[in-house]
Parts: sequence; C-alpha cells; structure tokens
Amino acid sequence: MTSGNLAFAEAMRQVNPDVVAAYPITPSTEIPVKFAEFVANGMVDSEYVAVESEHSAITACVGASVSGARVMTASSANGVALMHEIFPIAASFRAPIIFGLVNRSLGAPVNIHCDHSDSMPERDSGWIQIYCEDAQEVYDSVLLAVRLAEHEDVLTPVFVCQDGFITSHCYEPVELLSDETVKKFVGERKAKYPLLDVDNPVSYGSFTMSEYYFEIKRTQIEGMNNVPRVYKELTKELAEYTGREYPALDAYRAEDAEYLIVIMSSATGVVKDVVDEMRERGVKAGCLRVRFFRPFPAEDLKKLAKGKKGVAVLDRSASIGGTAPLAAEVKSALYGLSEKVPLQEYLFGLGGRDLYPRDAEKVFSGLMENDYSDTARYIGLLEKDEENGGN
Amino acid sequence: MSKPKCWQDVPPATIAWGASALDVETGLWRSMRPVLDQNKCISCLKCWLQCPDSSIKTNEEGRVCGINMFFCKGCGVCAQVCPVNAISMHQEADFNNENREHGEDPGRVADHVK
Amino acid sequence: MTDGGIVMENGNKKTLEVRWHGRGGQGAKSASAILAEVLFEEGKHVQAFPEYGAERQGAPMRAYNRVSDTPIRRRCSVENPNIVVIVDPTMVVSSNPCEGCMSDAVYVVNTPEDAMALRSRMNLSVDARVLVVDATKITLEELGQNRPNAPLLGALSHLFTDVSVETFADHFTKKMKQLSAPVLEANRRAILRGREEAVLA
Repeated sequence: MTSGNLAFAEAMRQVNPDVVAAYPITPSTEIPVKFAEFVANGMVDSEYVAVESEHSAITACVGASVSGARVMTASSANGVALMHEIFPIAASFRAPIIFGLVNRSLGAPVNIHCDHSDSMPERDSGWIQIYCEDAQEVYDSVLLAVRLAEHEDVLTPVFVCQDGFITSHCYEPVELLSDETVKKFVGERKAKYPLLDVDNPVSYGSFTMSEYYFEIKRTQIEGMNNVPRVYKELTKELAEYTGREYPALDAYRAEDAEYLIVIMSSATGVVKDVVDEMRERGVKAGCLRVRFFRPFPAEDLKKLAKGKKGVAVLDRSASIGGTAPLAAEVKSALYGLSEKVPLQEYLFGLGGRDLYPRDAEKVFSGLMENDYSDTARYIGLLEKDEENGGN
Repeated sequence: MSKPKCWQDVPPATIAWGASALDVETGLWRSMRPVLDQNKCISCLKCWLQCPDSSIKTNEEGRVCGINMFFCKGCGVCAQVCPVNAISMHQEADFNNENREHGEDPGRVADHVK
Repeated sequence: MTDGGIVMENGNKKTLEVRWHGRGGQGAKSASAILAEVLFEEGKHVQAFPEYGAERQGAPMRAYNRVSDTPIRRRCSVENPNIVVIVDPTMVVSSNPCEGCMSDAVYVVNTPEDAMALRSRMNLSVDARVLVVDATKITLEELGQNRPNAPLLGALSHLFTDVSVETFADHFTKKMKQLSAPVLEANRRAILRGREEAVLA
C-alpha cells in the first residue's frame, strides 16, 4: 500500500538516479522529502542537490543531465511555472530528465488542489507529457519514462503527471517490482555527448541565429515523432514483468460505443464506472483516456472517435479566450474525418472540484439528447438555472 | 567540417564540436591589417594579452614572432596597446592578392535568408 | 460491547464507503490508511484518501475509505457513506456528519455521551446504528494525550467481523513505527480498550 507520491519516490529509489535537484512544493513535497531520506540513509548513490528555488532546481538538473548523469526531480503548480524558462532549454539540449509533475492549480486565488493548469502551459516546451490515472500507473510510468527519455531516437525529457492529492495522496495497493528487476529494466544511462567527456569535448547551447535554429527545432520534432514507435516496444517489454500494458490512448469500451467521453488522469475512473452503468441500461457508452498529451495520439483518437454519434471532451484546465487544451487537440485530430463527429466541450474540476458519477451521466445524457452548444459548458459550477442548458 | 545542408545533418542537442572555433576564419572579417616591425618590438606581450582572437604568435622562447592572419580580425587593439609603436595598421585592400582558401566564409553563413 | 460484531449490509452498492470527520493532528488520515491496510490484507480492494484544506492543527478535515471486492476506479470524495467515523466529539454538530449518508449507515463516534442520547440528538433514521466510545478519555489515560484514532480503530473492528482486533493493533504498530515502543504499547492498549468499551445503540 502506498500513495502516488510515495510510489514515485520508491521508483526513484529503485532507479537510483545520479543526480536529483529539487525544491519541494505541495502537493509533490513528499517526493523530494522521501528521496532525501533515501539519500541520507545511504539507500541510493544519488547526489541530492538542495537548491534555493525551482528555477535553480531545474537548471541544476539540466547541467547534470548534459554532463551525462541520469537526473530526476519533481514539482507542482507555481514551482513548475518558475521553471518554465528552462524547460525548452532542457528539451533542446535533449536532456532526458524524468520529472514528477503533481498537478495543482496555478492561482490566484491560492489553491493547493488539482487541475492541469500547471502542466498544460508546458505542452509546447518540447517535453513528453504522460498523465497517470492512479498510483500504480505512476510507478510503472517512471520506469517507462526513464527508458523512453534516454532512447537514442527520442532523447527528450518526460513529465510524469499525476493529479495532486487525488492520486498523490491516495493510499492504495501498488505492486512494486524487485530492485533487481527495475535495475535490469532501466539499465545504465549511456550519454552520447556528455559534457564531462574531456577527450571528446563539446559545448551545449551555443549561439545559433536564423541559419540553423529552425533545423535544430526540427531535430527535436523528430525525437518526439519517434516516441510512439519506441514507447510501444517499451510498454510491451515492461508488461513482461508486470502484466500491465499502457497504450498512449486508453480506450475503455470505446470501439463499439456510440457516445464517448474523452478525459485525462484520475477523473477517468468515475467515467468508466458510469460507462458500465450505462451499458447495463443498454446505452453504448465508452471512454477514451488521453495518457500521452505529448506526443498527442491524434491518429488513434481519430480512429476510435470516427463515426460516433457524439463525443464530449472534458478539460481540467481552461484556455481563457480560446479552446481548452484537450478539446483543441481532439478537434484538431477529428478535422481530417470526412464525416463530422458532433462534439461538446466541457470544463470541469478546476481547483480540485470533484467529478461525480452524476456529472458523467449528465454529459452522456446531453450527447444522447443531441444537445450541443457552440461554447464550452461547465460541470459542477455554481451558476444560475438558465445557464448551461438548465443545469 | 562542411556546413550542414539539411536538418538531419545538424549536430544534435544544440552541441558544437570541441575546438570548432578553430575552423572559423575570422581573418576574413579584416579591413585593416596589423603589421609588426620586429626591429622595434620589445616582446612586452601586451598585444598577446589583449588580442581578442589569440592571433599574436610567439616563438619557443616566448617572444612575439608574428600575427596569425587566419584569425586576426584587424581590430587594432594590438597597435593601440603597443608601448613602442611596433605595430601599425594598413588597409587590407592593399594585401588582397594573398591567398584566402582556408575555412568557411562567415559572410556567406546566412546566404539562404537573403 | 461484547463480541458478535455488526453486520454491514450493503444492498446493491458494490463498494463500502467510509467518511472520517476529524481535526488536523488527531490521526484520522493515519487511521483511514490503517483501516485500508487491514482490509487490503483481507484480500479487499481499498482506497484511503484525505481531503485537505490548509493543513493546520485543529482545523476540520475529512478522510475517506472505499472497500470493495472488485477494483476501485472512482476517486471522487465519498458522498453517500456506509460508515461515518466522528473523531472529535465537537464535530457531531459542527461537521454535518449525516450529510448524504445511507439510511442504514453506522456512526462510530468518539464521545463521552450516552449512545442512546447521542442517537436521538443526531436525529437518525431507525436503520442507522451508533457505536460510541470515549476515545479521548482512553488515550488521555493510556497516552496522556488526546490521540483518539487508536480506540476508534478498536471500535471499528466490530464492523469487520472477519478481522481480529489484534490485526488492527498490529497494523497500527507497523504503520506508526516511528513512535517509541512505550507509545506504541499504549496505543495497542487503547485499541483493545476501544473495542471493549464501545457501546452500540
């Protein structure tokens, strides 16, 4: 029995990274705290760098990573925001950092609870983004992320995201692998151009104007494009030890479904429960959970959403003045379909508001009644009766 | 090393190979050329210290013995700091019959954006 | 209360849900985790999760458990609990513990109050049951501190008839191993007393 945070920390212990530089922040605090304990007790060989800010934490991580070290860290919310400047640099340096991102709202007002407003602004930073549904998936994803990030065709840092408190602090059974198995699976990092290799000197991040900047970005895009192929092999390989395989797009009773909810992370469970209840009542309901937001599994989504009677997309972060991140991706993925799939956008769960079974049921009912609006609707928002189609 | 012609040939991860500055002929940027008068030079090494391109050549005894025209940009710092006026600056155009085949031409680097 | 236990009927609801009402520092979070661990060892699927506010000693907080024979997927807060644990006597009034409860819910309450009197004061339905234990008094006597979670776990053991109270005590010791041996011993006594001194109404 463990929690999402402690499962992440335990995976870190087993991976035994060379360097961890971190600055704790709620709700990811337990990750660096627990790991510092492992360091203090001599249970890992890692160098733990205690820094004075998140900006310094990620900067130290980048330095260590390009030096050839295997590097991990964690943060949330405002800590992630303070790191923002360095994220694209880490990605351009092809520094395969593993990052425990425990999702928390970005205020104001100050709020410690979950939504995806901290990780979504980083979707264009060039990092891989994996969103986990539960603590088991967090644990498994850390191991997968190490191999994925360091793969020579990928060389891209990874955010392993989990929902703050809901997943990070929920105490539940998690199956752990033996230290030997983890060691065998993750192996050692073999950096290709480590800064500390004085016999083959290189410099990172040199000045590049318009003549090659574009080409360097294109190489990053190629690394990201290679993720689906590399990841498919890796999740199969890990499943040989765990029996658990995680597709980039988790489809639940979706293939023959007429109505779909597309959602991410911990709120998926309640939708799956409701899908089962609807199925018992003869409604062909289904659920798609987007696990990889970067790279976005657009092709898989297009295939699974094709020909549906209705699709609802539930975003846990807003893009104020525009389309919310998940809805924007889903709409973009479905654009290539010759026949338009009716789609309704919803916002839910900002600042930790729960998604209840009745909420998911209502979303399915809306789809079944062919009730759509041009703008996004809100789930669980306190609002006047006439708004939101008479909520 | 030849210039990359496509994105696949660009070195990964923003890296520049070690000592790659040695391939860049900054001497092509020169419009004024320093000329050393060995008879006046006292080898105080002020020019050697100040030169931004490490272009002042020294011999085995550590005495100034010439200027590397592959790297010298003609900034004239050496002539300015020389206490005995052993270095004088002359128009590069007067020397343009010399061979310049080394390295890449920095003036052509951004050709494709023009 | 003598042995025999309370049979938990759960109708067609697949998952048994527990809601804890406590104050920061009283151990509700730890107790919910221990309960989950005990039932996990019994082969159940379990969840234990707290609902955090700003974390302060004495501030009202809630924690939750889900227990099921099948995997638990939903992770929202518990709205319709089968079991309500009231960790602090003052919270019978202040925390609205009956909100959304199943009509046959069992209330496990830390209070010096008489079980019948409390029952009528809470205005519960006929199907509901109340199990009271003066957990504060027990821990003041055993530990010299108000840490009511241990006796409440002892009282809760009446609801899970397949599990011995010693199992609860063992898990408490395992989970709280950072405490000193005398404190762990005192908590063990408190758990056993919690079971013995619980009164059902």
